[in-house]
Amino acid sequence: MTEAGAGQKMRVEHLGMVFQRDGGAVSALEDINLDVSAGEFVCIVGPSGCGKSTLLNVLAGFLSSTSGSVTIDGEAVTGPDPRRILVFQERGVFPWLTVEGNIGFGLSKLSRAEREARIAHYVQTVRLQGFEKAYPADLSGGMKQRLQVARALAVNPDILYLDEPFGALDSITRVIMRGELLRIWQTERRTILFVTHDIDEAVQLADRVIVLSSRPARIKEILAIDIPHPRNISSPRYLELRDELLTQIGLAYEV
Amino acid sequence: MKLPVWLRPLLFIAVLLALWQVAIDRHPGQLLPGPIGVAKGILDLLQHGLLLKYVVASLFRVTWGFGLAVVVAIPLGLMLGWHRRGQMAAYPIVQLFRPISPLAWIPLAILWFGVSDLAAIFLIFVGCFFPLLLTAMSAVHNIPAVYVNAGRNFGLSSSAFVSRVLYPAVIPQLLTGLRLTLGIAWLVVVAAEMISVNSGLGFLIVDARNAGNRYDLVVAGMVLIGAIGLMLDLAMRSLERVRSFHWSISED
Repeated sequence: MTEAGAGQKMRVEHLGMVFQRDGGAVSALEDINLDVSAGEFVCIVGPSGCGKSTLLNVLAGFLSSTSGSVTIDGEAVTGPDPRRILVFQERGVFPWLTVEGNIGFGLSKLSRAEREARIAHYVQTVRLQGFEKAYPADLSGGMKQRLQVARALAVNPDILYLDEPFGALDSITRVIMRGELLRIWQTERRTILFVTHDIDEAVQLADRVIVLSSRPARIKEILAIDIPHPRNISSPRYLELRDELLTQIGLAYEV
Repeated sequence: MKLPVWLRPLLFIAVLLALWQVAIDRHPGQLLPGPIGVAKGILDLLQHGLLLKYVVASLFRVTWGFGLAVVVAIPLGLMLGWHRRGQMAAYPIVQLFRPISPLAWIPLAILWFGVSDLAAIFLIFVGCFFPLLLTAMSAVHNIPAVYVNAGRNFGLSSSAFVSRVLYPAVIPQLLTGLRLTLGIAWLVVVAAEMISVNSGLGFLIVDARNAGNRYDLVVAGMVLIGAIGLMLDLAMRSLERVRSFHWSISED
């Protein structure tokens, strides 16, 4: 472990999480150590139920760890913070607000003109033009997730946490959404921590992939994806990394 | 022949009224007045200025009893629902009081408030308070955790959190609860007026019987109660259709 350098954003040290359940203790996370640089795209993968979401919720400050620490820019995380926004898998947008209302949700401290400019900008960014006055009930699943990303980006966060954001979408929409997210990441350059159970998603998006073991989750492997964007998903290196990840998770790649 | 949809129930009612009148004409007696008799009764009330007076009196009591219950029970219920310990403490008491019919409170209401508007308002209040309290408690309980977490994530103050997340999130369930409870209030006011006051539609029904077996007026009172109850319900339903209120968890 090195001292916090200029490019370092987040440091996770000996993080552990034990849930008390029915009188017994269930360990969900064990000795997680991780450094994330500013602007990095990190994917977290692991078998389902391993504690990926728990880890993300601890990093985002929604859950308190039972041991270890999370520091961001040298400051300990003690709770949720508008500088770091979590995007949920489903139902994350407020159904009682329009598209504009949702994007502007975190902007009440801005002046009216600034707020409207910010909303207009992010409506453009996530390509929801023409739906400004629509309610979430009238949007498709993919549009709702784009709206949630826009609401998160609008408050100008340093870090975006995404908890299987495309997990509830159909596979075609999912592929489109990955492209959109990469485009946004490349223009906005936020630090992104992205939980997924989809190996391809991880290899297509991430700078580094963190592989977690099954419960209690430990870091099994950290894999750097050294393919420049745009990535060719049939290149030998892509397939090699993909196989490596599948093996790490313990899946055979012959169906 | 194709009838407009809205005309069908009206036509059906007309047919039933006609059948009722025919039956009364063929077997005249004291058991039930016919629809024409009832209509004459309503006209009679209108001419004596009693119709408006009694309707206003009943609505006045419902407005106060229901309104007070809303103002007290909803904030209290939201607060109790939000704090799990509060809920645990209040729940047994609420469940104990809830099955007691508001009518069982009549003797105490008269003892405390005399034969007065206050007694009737109190009875309506009691009848509405517990259902509203439970509605508010369970509405908070049913808010999806994502809304709460998303609200917390954007760094809202407690008051902003209540007005911008908690309140809009419970509105659809509250509206349904309010509508059902207003129905209860309308049931209770009639009963309360039969015993504890000297005006209103409930009083009209008892008075018409006691003061000379005017069953045409009794049924006229019943018809008016039904019609006004229906209008109250329609008014509450139209509230539920307001766009930013009109979402539900299943629809999302």
